[in-house]
Amino acid sequence: MARRPTWRPARLAEVRRETGTARTLRLEVPGWPGHVAGQHLDLRVTAEDGYTAQRSYSLAAPADGDSVELTVEQVPDGEVSPYLTEVMEVGDEVEVRGPVGGWFVWRAEGTAPVLLVAGGSGIVPLMSMIRARRRAASRVPFRLIYSLRDFGGRYYAEELRRPDPGLDVTYVYTRTPPEGWRRPAARIMLDDLAEGGWPAGFEPECYVCGPTGFVEAAADLLLALGHAPQRIRTERFGPTGG
Amino acid sequence: MAIVSRGFSGRRREGGERLPPGQYLVEDFPVLSAGPTPVVPPDRWEFAIDTESGQTHRWSWRELMALPRQRQTVDIHCVTRWTKLDTTWEGVSLDVLFEDVETTADYALVHSYGGYTTNMPLDDLLDGKAWIAYRFDGEELAPVHGGPARLLVPHLYFWKSAKWVRGIRLLDDDWPGFWETAGYHNYGDPWREQRYEDD
Repeated sequence: MARRPTWRPARLAEVRRETGTARTLRLEVPGWPGHVAGQHLDLRVTAEDGYTAQRSYSLAAPADGDSVELTVEQVPDGEVSPYLTEVMEVGDEVEVRGPVGGWFVWRAEGTAPVLLVAGGSGIVPLMSMIRARRRAASRVPFRLIYSLRDFGGRYYAEELRRPDPGLDVTYVYTRTPPEGWRRPAARIMLDDLAEGGWPAGFEPECYVCGPTGFVEAAADLLLALGHAPQRIRTERFGPTGG
Repeated sequence: MAIVSRGFSGRRREGGERLPPGQYLVEDFPVLSAGPTPVVPPDRWEFAIDTESGQTHRWSWRELMALPRQRQTVDIHCVTRWTKLDTTWEGVSLDVLFEDVETTADYALVHSYGGYTTNMPLDDLLDGKAWIAYRFDGEELAPVHGGPARLLVPHLYFWKSAKWVRGIRLLDDDWPGFWETAGYHNYGDPWREQRYEDD
């Protein structure tokens, strides 16, 4: 198991804009050892004078050979994310190391139903699980509850609109729902998790990812619905995730 | 030789010598936990030290409150790279709790309500280096930050400062805890950047 983590050069190969403030970066990382859905990596950027900054980012997709994907949201007043979302161009280089994290992960051998609960940019590691499921042709049923401020904030909008048998997606809008949306704008509620999730008796594995307040609320609601605490895995994105 | 990222200039935030390598400063207090926040009412809270010879020393919440408390201001460092300077805590020094504990054990396995565990050499908990903290910034410690009480070991990465702390098991042999078995470093010294195993 022991493997000295090494920094590897990573070259930006492709960029896809997700929203006005977020974009997906596909990086070519020669020698990338592969990863499990839900893991993240450490990223290091270095200025010309040698100054460096490091951050952790969730991996957005299963590894494709030496190719990895991140989706980065620009943090207002951030130090690294504005570089990744606005400045970095195809061909530019950073360094990465990883993968990191062995708890908030889904493995394709899993057989329990899965509930994914995303708040905003918390969708990123959960999307990696959805893509890993599809790639492995797993028949484990997935349900995704994706809480957003408004319609325009959706990541991976096209891909999540395409039919993916065994994956049900429910959107929850907290500020501005699309016109004609039946559910009023509100933070995630018990009914959202009761209707869009699984009954506790099905013993699903629950993955909750988002800002702290969202994760606290969603995890408490899952407990109230009878889900066992040990089947609720959480990952919190602080406002300083820059 | 590091690779230069074209167009990156960076912020060079303040922090100076108090900022361990690879860390950046935050003003807020991010929350990291692996699962739901356990709710532990103080009247059901208990803290126990179990020695390697099978003796148990227990404290109820009321007993803990009756012990001499300390107030200290420390810097805290999370392995996810944030550092928060000058955080102020109140709690009981582990030296007070260990006064009557007879042990020759070298290792401590800390465990929490909710099932979390983390390990460290016993020496890292003694001599004014660790506390059971129950107040932060002049307020009762919030549940998301480990309330009613958490371990505070500011000289190690913050995952060692177990939230919702419930007890310490003293052991002759080291026994890795939750993150230590999930790829993180066994010791976790921020100044040596001991983030992951083999760092």
